[in-house]
This record gives sequence, structure tokens and C-alpha cells, in this order.
Amino acid sequence: MPSASPSSAAPYAVAVSGVEKAFGPTRALAGADLAVRPGEVVALMGANGAGKSTLVKIISGSLIPDAGTITLGGRTVSFASPREAKAAGIATVHQATDQAGAAGLTVAENLLLDEFCGRGPLFVSGRSIRKRAKAIAAALDLDLPLDRDFIDLRPAERQLIAIARAVGAKASVLILDEPTSSLSTTEAERLFTIIRRLAADGMAILYISHRLGDLAAIADRAVVLRGGVIVGEFAQPIDFPAAVTAMIGRRLEAATHAGEGSASPAILSIRDARLVPGARPFDLDLRSGEVVAITGTLGSGKSRLLRVLFGLAGLDSGTVTLDGAPWHSSGPAASIAGGVFMVAEDRWASSLLPPETPGASIAGTIALPHLPRWFPSGILDTARERAVGNDAIRRLGIKARNADDTLDQLSGGNQQKVVLARWQAAPCRLLLLDEPFQGVDVGARADLIAAIRNSQSASATLIATSDTEEALEVADRILVMRDHSLFAADDGHGSLAAAIGSVETAEISQP
Amino acid sequence: MTDIPANAGAPPRRTAFELARRYALFVLLAIMLVGFWWAQPAFINSANLFSILQAVSVVAILGVGVSITMSAGGFDLSVGSVAASSVMAASYAMVVLQLGAGETFALVLLMGALIGLANGLLIVKVGVPDLLATLSTMFLLAGLQLIPTGGRSITAGMMLPDGSTAKGAYDPAFLILGRSRLFDIVPLPVVVMALVAVVAWFLMERTRFGRVFYAIGGNETAAHLAGAPTKAYRLWAYVISGTLASLGGLIIASRVGRGDVSAGASLLLDAVAASLIGFAVLDKRRPHVLGTVLGAIFVGVLLNGLTMLNAPYYTQDFVKGVVLVGALALTFGLGKRAR
Repeated sequence: MPSASPSSAAPYAVAVSGVEKAFGPTRALAGADLAVRPGEVVALMGANGAGKSTLVKIISGSLIPDAGTITLGGRTVSFASPREAKAAGIATVHQATDQAGAAGLTVAENLLLDEFCGRGPLFVSGRSIRKRAKAIAAALDLDLPLDRDFIDLRPAERQLIAIARAVGAKASVLILDEPTSSLSTTEAERLFTIIRRLAADGMAILYISHRLGDLAAIADRAVVLRGGVIVGEFAQPIDFPAAVTAMIGRRLEAATHAGEGSASPAILSIRDARLVPGARPFDLDLRSGEVVAITGTLGSGKSRLLRVLFGLAGLDSGTVTLDGAPWHSSGPAASIAGGVFMVAEDRWASSLLPPETPGASIAGTIALPHLPRWFPSGILDTARERAVGNDAIRRLGIKARNADDTLDQLSGGNQQKVVLARWQAAPCRLLLLDEPFQGVDVGARADLIAAIRNSQSASATLIATSDTEEALEVADRILVMRDHSLFAADDGHGSLAAAIGSVETAEISQP
Repeated sequence: MTDIPANAGAPPRRTAFELARRYALFVLLAIMLVGFWWAQPAFINSANLFSILQAVSVVAILGVGVSITMSAGGFDLSVGSVAASSVMAASYAMVVLQLGAGETFALVLLMGALIGLANGLLIVKVGVPDLLATLSTMFLLAGLQLIPTGGRSITAGMMLPDGSTAKGAYDPAFLILGRSRLFDIVPLPVVVMALVAVVAWFLMERTRFGRVFYAIGGNETAAHLAGAPTKAYRLWAYVISGTLASLGGLIIASRVGRGDVSAGASLLLDAVAASLIGFAVLDKRRPHVLGTVLGAIFVGVLLNGLTMLNAPYYTQDFVKGVVLVGALALTFGLGKRAR
């Protein structure tokens, strides 16, 4: 870059200005400006749908902006593909670590994978691969098991490979998308050390994370994105409550619910429960009519608690009581018979059938778990299924022609309404919802929340979500899960920012 | 609902293209029948038509078993070997062990069910992938059926490996299944095929059990989380498939009247082809009983007609291949574009 000059107005390593991007009628970005200097770690914060990932995709070349400019080292650039962005020195490490390398190849081979796939040498020997991989790892001071197969690596190790591969190609900008979401605290610390060293070497780092604790530990500056524009910038020391308020806006405060129902009888009681060996034991009571949300990062154990209650996993120690009787479920069938229902996360993987399958319609999707009770003789009565389906369409405002529509014809929010309707079609004691608002737009989310809150006042609902904002919208009470243990996060009456503050301080203060 | 989102799919009208795809195989079958009739008037008479059905009955019965395992997300590659072993077992039971027709029937069907159970256990309990488990069973049976007779075909009065002579013979009652006709018109194998097809169709399309089979094939995790005993269902699919395959073997044995070591050589591929051609019938894009039977009949009509027109026998596999490729292209390629 001949034009670069080390003056006081040092050129930003990467800068975007006035970037706009629309998907159909939705404006994901409405004129966003962001700049990162060499050697600086900038945290990009924002709620779901704020435009974070769109902005990242534009900088890394996956999306082409409708308007606005990107400059790299003071030079205006435009990328037609991720390859071009990479060649220009922008390295991106994505959240999903299973795509960080190829299974069946060793770590050393994976470190050189880009070379193999590109214009590498025609002949390679095991020894030369090892030697060059060692050099790459040493340059980053990474301690990697070079001879292990990629498939045997832990997420943290895969992440390091992703970073090594990304940085290996002479990058000047490194984008990290939720890098700590699947890491333990020690692993995250190790990652921070590497990030600090890369920054000290002059690399510009854009760090996207939900975890405020991470941002406090690593970020020089925080930039908050909301509604596709930058709404706030916070320099070190970062005022996190203010940043969170900027991130969420104030509209949501009205949607929080007053904590009530403490007088109702307890449906579920958990005592001295350890989810995994060595975790701090915790208690939990769910009362009838109560909606409780558990927030926490990926891998914190909130999904595991739901799976334990549904009979898919066991407790390490402790007792669970349902309606006064000990609750031991042998699996989904026993749980469903006992009135404990679960909506697992990722509805296409866990709940829905491909469209050509019989029973993939709205009616069939709702009926699937109830078939043995609805049709004890074994012979299907499709009119009955259809009636339940049409009733769900009316009750939940599902946008569909009729109950024979297959789920792939519906939007994400409407698909989730069908999944919820499935479990509202039978009397329920305890409803477990794992990330129920994944891929659901704001309007449908409001419908879903209304449906969850209005349903069956005699049952209890337990929701696991990694999104504090969603938790505040839907729940009477919020608990935080951290390292497989529960912490109270909300006194039930405090302001939104205070509630979030307590969630996040719980995250920061817990070792 | 008045406000239908733009992406909710087309309103319920059948375009000409959709109709054509839905009934393509029926139309082609009709065209073939008329074409062969025009070229060779002897093609359309009840004797020939029933001989076609009789010829495809075993393939159709095996295909139904394959399609049930496919509907539950599996794939039974052992049906051909099970049928061939059943031919040998039935012959051995009568010729060497001197059992009667009834005992032979029960024994062979039980053997088929047990082989299916073994397949299922290998898959569900041991965790071997479906294709590999049934492939290994296929090899195992193909070899096993040769051992009791030292690799020879079984006929009355044959020499046994220990030097003695077999004392039994085929029970005449056993041969009724393969060689007689209902009302002197409909061959019994065709009647058996029709019964199997109707019962299996009802099971798969009109009961909750069929719904769960398909749910497991569509998304096993979803079926499990909805409380379905997925392992038991997958086990049952293989038991049904094994039993149907041994029934097919019984039909062959009762038609041929001897235990031929080369019986059932092409049964597996024909049965799988029938199931796959069935995907295109009614544009279901999934294994289903009606489609499988129709797929078997389709191939049978085509081969019979071509034989009547003096097409050489060695073109048969080529013709089957062409039909299969065409049907799969119809199912997957053209179907996707219209969606």
C-alpha cells in the first residue's frame, strides 16, 4: 500500500461508512459507519437483528452493500467474494467451529489446507507439512497437537485452528464472530492472550460477542449497533449498563412482566441439583402459571437442564419433584405421558419433517406426539387432526391456507407457532422451551410470547434462551446459568437496565 | 385466512405440468399397453396379462419390504438373499428333512423374520449403518445357503454331502401356491401380491404406525423427541421386510419345484428398482407401497412387451436401467424445479 503514511491521522486498518443493505423490504443496515485502527480491538455489540452479522458479512466480502464505501488501509475497496476479501487481508473466524477444518486430516494438514486447495506445491510430504505447520503455530505461539485428527479436537482447539488459518494468510484485519460462545473460561482466557498479542503486533480486530464479560476483558472500544445504524460508541473503561441500554433501546421495558404467582403451588421442585460433577448445586421451584427464563451462554448448561427434565440426560446428583412426586423420566415417551413437554432448539433438526413425508403438514406436525392417545386403535382419523390444526391456525394466527400446508411453506415464526401448538394440543404440567425464538421475526415473537403466556394457567413454563432481551420479554422471572449452575438475576421489579446489569454482572463476577 | 404471505406457495390449483408429473407413470403404462397391443394383438389377453403379473409378483412383494425399510430411513439390501435362502430352506425342509407343506411354510417364514430381526439388531443395537449391515447379511446368506448341500441344487433323490440319498420330495400341497389359479384365472402368487399390497398400503398410509415409520425416515430425532419408540419401529421394519422376502422365496420354490442355487439372482436389484420407480408414482417423492407395486408392474409390462417383439433377452437389464434413471430424474430433477 504505497499511499499509507504513519501520520497522526493514521489511516484506519479498515473503515466502512454509510453502508446500507436491504433484504427485500427489511433494511438490515441503514447507513452504518465503523472504523478500526491497527492494533485496536473494537467490540461490536447489538441485539439479534441489529445488523451485526450483515455488517460482518459485508466487510468479509460475503455480501455486497447497496450503498456506502469500505476502505482498507485508506484505499477504497469492493469485494465480490469472501476470497477477494481474504486476499486483501481480511480474516474472518466464524462462530461454527466444525467448519474450521476438514475431518480426517491432521491439525498440521489443516493448517496448510488453504495452500493445498489453492496454488500450493504439487507434491507434499508428511515431513514438510509438519515443518511448515509448526512454523505457523510457532508464529502465533499456539500450542497445537499437530498430529491429531481434526475430528478429535475440542471446540476451543478448532477455534485456534480457524484463527491460525485466518491469520496465516498475512491478514491485517481479524474479525471474530462470537468466538467464546463454546469455550470454557480458561479457554477464553487463552484466546484473549492470543488476541492481545495479535493486536500488539498491529492487527486490527473486530470482536463480536454477546458476552459483556468478554468485551470488558478484551475491548479497547465498544460500538453499539441498533436498527442498522451505530447508536453509540463507548471508549475504555466501557460503561456497560449504558451500552446495554443503547443496544436494546427503551421500547421493551413495557413488555416486562411483574413477578407474580409466588402464592401458587409449586409444580416442579429441584433440590441440590448438580448437572455435572463438580458444578455448584442449585435449587429451583416452578409454580403453576409461572413462566421462568434461563439465560446463559452456549454450553452453560441451560439446554442440559431442560434435557434432564425431559428424560434425555441424568442429573449428577440431587432430586426433582413434579407435583409432589419424584420425577424420573426414562425418555421422551415417558415424559410426554407424564405431561412434561419439550420444544427442543433448532426446529428443523428437532421437530419438523421434510415436506414429502406423510404427516409433514400442519395437522400432522401437531398430531405426531399425540398419535397413540388420539388413535388408540391405530387407524388414523385425518378429520380430527385437521380440526386441531385449523384450530391452532386460528388461535395462534398462523399464516397458512389450511392445516394441510406443509411447514416449508411457512415463515420461521409460523413454523415455531406450529411447534408450540403441537405441545398445547394436550394437557401439560411442565412445558420446556429451548431457544423458542430462534429465527423468528419480531412480530411473530410477540404472538408466540402471548401464546406462551396465555396458555394453560395450571402449568409451568421453563424457557432457555441465550438472549437476555427475549428472556425479559417473555418471563416472570429470569435466572442465569453459568458453569452448570443457576443464579438469580432479577428482583422482579427493577428497571430493564438494572435487570440486564445483574445478568451481566453475574456473568462477569462468576469465576 | 385472507392475508397469505407471498412465500406461502401457490394457491391450490393443479397446473398441467403438475398433473403430468403426478400421473406420468400411469400415462406411460397406458401408452405402453396400447403400443404393444397395436404391435402384437396377442399381448392383450388375460393369460398374458396375468403371466406378467405372476412374473412380477415376487419382485413386488420384496419391493414392498424394501420400501417399508426405506420409509423408516433404512435400506434392506438382503431381501434378494433372504428370498434365495428361503428357496433353499424350503427345498431342504421337504427334500432332506421330509417336512410337510405347512411346517415348511411356517419354518421358512420364521427364518425370514429372524433374519430381519438379526438385521434390525445389528443396525439398532450394534449401530452398524443400515446399508452396510444388510450388505453383510446378504453376503452371509448367499454363502450360508450353499453349505448344507455342499453347493448343489436340491432335488428329490439328490446325493447329500455325507454320501446318502435324500429321501423326501416336494409336498404336492406346497406346489399349489406357485402353480394354481384362483377361479382358474388368477394365479395364486398374484393374489398373494395383491393381499400383501393392500395390507401394507393400509398399514403405511392409514394407520399411525405407518405415520411413525415415515416420521422416523423423515427425521429420526424429531420422531424420538415426539415420544416414538424409534428403535422398535426400525426393528419391526426389518422383521417385516425379512418375512416378506421369505414369502417371495416360498413363491419361487413352489413355482420351480426345486432348490436352485441360482434362484433369485436379480431379485434384489429388481425389488430396489421397483421401490425407486415408485417414488415417481403420484409424485410422492418417497417410498410407498402403491408406487412400488406399480413400479414392478411397469417394468414387467415393458419387458414382456419387448420380449414379444423379439427383443433379445440381454437387453432386459439395460431397459430396466433406462426406466429407473427416467423415473428418478422425474422424481428429483423435474420435481425440484416446479417447487
